[in-house]
Amino acid sequence: MTKSEMAEKLAEKIQVNKQQAEQIIDIVTGSVIEALANGDKVEIRGFGSFRVRHRAAKEGRNPKTGEKVFVPPKKVPFFKTGKDFRDTVNR
Amino acid sequence: MTKADIVNRVLEKAGLQKPAAEEAVETIISLIKESLAQGNSVILRRFGSFQVREKKARIGRNPKTGEEAEISARKVVRFKAGKYFRAAVNT
Repeated sequence: MTKSEMAEKLAEKIQVNKQQAEQIIDIVTGSVIEALANGDKVEIRGFGSFRVRHRAAKEGRNPKTGEKVFVPPKKVPFFKTGKDFRDTVNR
Repeated sequence: MTKADIVNRVLEKAGLQKPAAEEAVETIISLIKESLAQGNSVILRRFGSFQVREKKARIGRNPKTGEEAEISARKVVRFKAGKYFRAAVNT
């Protein structure tokens, strides 16, 4: 399912036009991105939670040349599936 | 951030009444869950994608007792953050 397909279904369900539905999807995903960018986490019951995971700096290797390279510490978005969602998928 | 906060963002930014904003957010969550339950990925550009991954059965260990136990084959949800989301979190 793409954003466009989701927007069509959402538009039908809540009686708005497709453009408005796309805007709503952007607001929802944008809220999650903004929260994590601010170091906050997002918890949605029955669905899951989004949080930031910290990856420590490490020494990596260029797989082509074998040269050692320094990989700086990183922050990455992480989604943990909620129990209800996990069960829905695993049936 | 919780679902209620996301609903507030939607009603502020999209100019919906509260019940409509609530229904919109609930619908988006259900659409993602239903799609994955049917084995179909959800791809939202910039934000990321949700997909179902098949995990094979394996022997695990109870970390408390050290006992070995078979972990059955299962399907799990995986979220891969989009480039834009990753960049927003990592600045």
